Amino acid sequence: MRPEGNTILEVQDLTIRFHMRQGPVTAVDGLELSLEEGRVLGVVGESGCGKSVMSRALIRIEAPGTIEKGSVRYIDRDGCEVAIEKLDPAGRAIRRIRWKEIAMIFQEPMTSFGPQHSIGAQISEAMELHGILRGRDRQQAVVAALESVGMPRPTETAEQYPYQLSGGMRQRAMIAMALSCGPRILIADEPTTALDVSTESQILDLLRERQMALGMSVLYISHNLGVVAHIADDVAVMYLGRVVERSPVRVLFAAAKHPYTLALLRSLARVDRDIPGRLEVLSGGLPDPFLRPAGCVFHQRCPECIRGLCDRVVPRWVRLDDGSAVACHLYGGDHA
Amino acid sequence: MPDPQPLLEVTDLAKSYALRGGFFDRTKGNVQAVDHVSFSIPRGQTFGLVGESGSGKTTTGRLIVRVIEPDTGQIVFRDEESGGVDLVKLSSRQIRPLRKKIQMIFQDPYSSLDPRMTVLRIVGEPLRATGSISRRATRDRVAEVLEMVGLSEEYMNRYPHAFSGGQRQRIGIARALATQPSLIVADEAVSALDVSVQAQILNLLRDLQERFRLTYLFIAHDLGVVRYLCDRVAVMYSGRLVEIADKPALYGNPKHPYTESLLAAAPRPEPDKLPIKQPSMESPSGPHPFGGGCAYFPRCPYRRDVCSREAPQLREVAGGQSVACHFDLTLANANSPAICGRENLQSNGSAVH
Repeated sequence: MRPEGNTILEVQDLTIRFHMRQGPVTAVDGLELSLEEGRVLGVVGESGCGKSVMSRALIRIEAPGTIEKGSVRYIDRDGCEVAIEKLDPAGRAIRRIRWKEIAMIFQEPMTSFGPQHSIGAQISEAMELHGILRGRDRQQAVVAALESVGMPRPTETAEQYPYQLSGGMRQRAMIAMALSCGPRILIADEPTTALDVSTESQILDLLRERQMALGMSVLYISHNLGVVAHIADDVAVMYLGRVVERSPVRVLFAAAKHPYTLALLRSLARVDRDIPGRLEVLSGGLPDPFLRPAGCVFHQRCPECIRGLCDRVVPRWVRLDDGSAVACHLYGGDHA
Repeated sequence: MPDPQPLLEVTDLAKSYALRGGFFDRTKGNVQAVDHVSFSIPRGQTFGLVGESGSGKTTTGRLIVRVIEPDTGQIVFRDEESGGVDLVKLSSRQIRPLRKKIQMIFQDPYSSLDPRMTVLRIVGEPLRATGSISRRATRDRVAEVLEMVGLSEEYMNRYPHAFSGGQRQRIGIARALATQPSLIVADEAVSALDVSVQAQILNLLRDLQERFRLTYLFIAHDLGVVRYLCDRVAVMYSGRLVEIADKPALYGNPKHPYTESLLAAAPRPEPDKLPIKQPSMESPSGPHPFGGGCAYFPRCPYRRDVCSREAPQLREVAGGQSVACHFDLTLANANSPAICGRENLQSNGSAVH
C-alpha cells in the first residue's frame, strides 16, 4: 500500500448551474471531493450525473455552466492555496495552471489536437506556451514524450498528423501532450470509452505506469465500473450532481455502502460470471432536470427509502471504519 | 445441441469492398469485410457475434437483413410458413413478404429514430412497408407493441426528442416487434446505454424472447453483455470467424488466442483481478490486406512459422466448439489466476506465457 498522500485538490460545496430558457438546471449540487497527492481517484456515475461538468470546472472550462457556490482549492508546488473558483476563466492565472499544473484528456482526442498541424508541432507549441525548453532540446523532449507513452516510432509519429494515427495511438499522443508540461494533476474524462477492449486495457496500463513513474495525481472520470476497478485507488460515486459514496477501491467493490452503488454493481452483466435469470434493476429513471428531489437525491428510486426522512433531509457524510464514507441515512449520522 | 432445422443457416457468406484511395481515388485492391462465414441459429436461441471495431460483425448483420448484397454465400431462413428459403437468391420483390420476419435493432437510439416522425409513424412503418394495413389496425398494433416494451400508448403522438435513451431504445425494439418477426438482428443494441438502463433493456430482450420464442443475432463488443444474453457465441476477427462455441465453453475454455485476449482484456469490477497486460503494438484489427496466413498472426503471442503461410480453417475441437487455429492450445480462461493482482502491476508483462 502506498502511504496516504496529502490533499492536492479539494472541492467543497461546489454547485454549478446551467441557465436554460426554461429555468436553471443544477448539474452539480454541493459536491465534496478531495484528491490526494500521487493517487488515482475514480469518479463513476451514469450520464447526466454531472461528472464531466464537475471535472471541467476544475480547470474552469465549465461554461456555459456557471459556478454558483463553493470552492475549488488547489495546493500548488510551494504549498500555497489557489482559489480556482475565483479565477477569471479566460485570465492569465488559470492559463498558467492549465496544462502545467492540471492537464486534461478527453474521450475524443481531437478535442485536444487540431487537424492541421503535426502531432510534434502541437506538443511543442504547448511546451512553448509554458516556456518549457527551446529549440533542439524541446524537439528532443517531444520525441521523448511520445516515446514515454509507448509510441513504437516516436520520431516518425512527431511528424505525422492526427488523422494518420489509429484511435489508440491518437489517445497515446494526447496523453503525451497532456504530460508534456509536467502536470501534477491529470484529469481524464472517459479517455478509453471509444476504444476496443484490448486498446483500452493498454491505455489504462499506460496511464497507471505514467502516474506511478511521475507521482502524479489522477482524477479518472468513467461510467464503467470495470475500468475504474482497474485504474483507481479510491472511488467516488456520483448521482444527480452529488457524490453519494467515497471508498478505497477494494472496499467499494467488496462492500459497497450506498444503495445506488449497490444497485449499479448488481445490474452489471459480467464477463467473469454467469447470471441466472434476470438482472437486478433500479426502478424508474432520472427525474426531470428542472425538478430536483428534496432530501436525498436518490430517495425516489431507493429500495430502502425511509419516508419522512430521506425525502426531506439531505443526508450528511458518515465515515466508517473501513475507510469509506457514505452520504446515506441508513448509516446513521445526525438524523438516525 | 445442434437443431436439425435451424431458423437461420448462413453458409460461406462473403462480402468484399474495393479499397480506394490516392488522388484519383483509384481502386487499390479489395478488402474482405466478411470472409466466408458460416453459422446457424436454432429457433428461440440467442447467437452472439463479438469482435472489435472493423472485424466485420456489423457487415455480417447487414448482409443477413439484406440491406447489402453479399458476393457469395447462402442465407437460409426457415420457419413454419416459409419452410426454408435462401434469401440471397430472392429478388427484392420476392423478399418483401419475408422482411417482416427479420427485423433489426440499432445501436444508437438517438440517430436511428427519425426526429420528424411521431412514435406512431416510427413503430408503424414496418407494418405499412410489409403489407397493406388499415390505419386503425396500425394504431392498435402500435399500442400493443408499446405495451410489450413497457411504454404507455399515450406516447404514440410524441416525437423521439421527448424520450430518454432507454425509452428510445424501447421504441426501437417496439418497431422491430411490430411485424411479429421470428428473427431479430440486434447490432450493439445496448452499447450506448448506461449500466442501469442497459440492465432494463437486457431483461426486456430476455422476456420478449421467452414470450414470443424470438431468435436473436446479437452483435456486440461487450463480452459481459454477450455472456448474460447469449446461448452460443462466435468470435470474429478480420472478417473471419475464429471461434464458435456454446457460452460455457467459450467463456470457460476458450481455444483461440484472440478469444483469450478479448476475455483477458475485458474490464471487470474486481480490483484484485486486473486484466492481463495487453501487448502494445500497432495492431490493425480491420480486414487484413494480405492473402495467406492467419489474420491474427501479427498479434498472436503463440505464433509459429506456419501461421504466416497458411490460413487455419475452422475445425471442431470439442463438442460444438470450433476454432480456426493450427494448434490445440490450452489457454487461460477468464476466471483463472493468470489474471494479475494489483501489487505486481508493473511486472506482469509476460503473464500470458
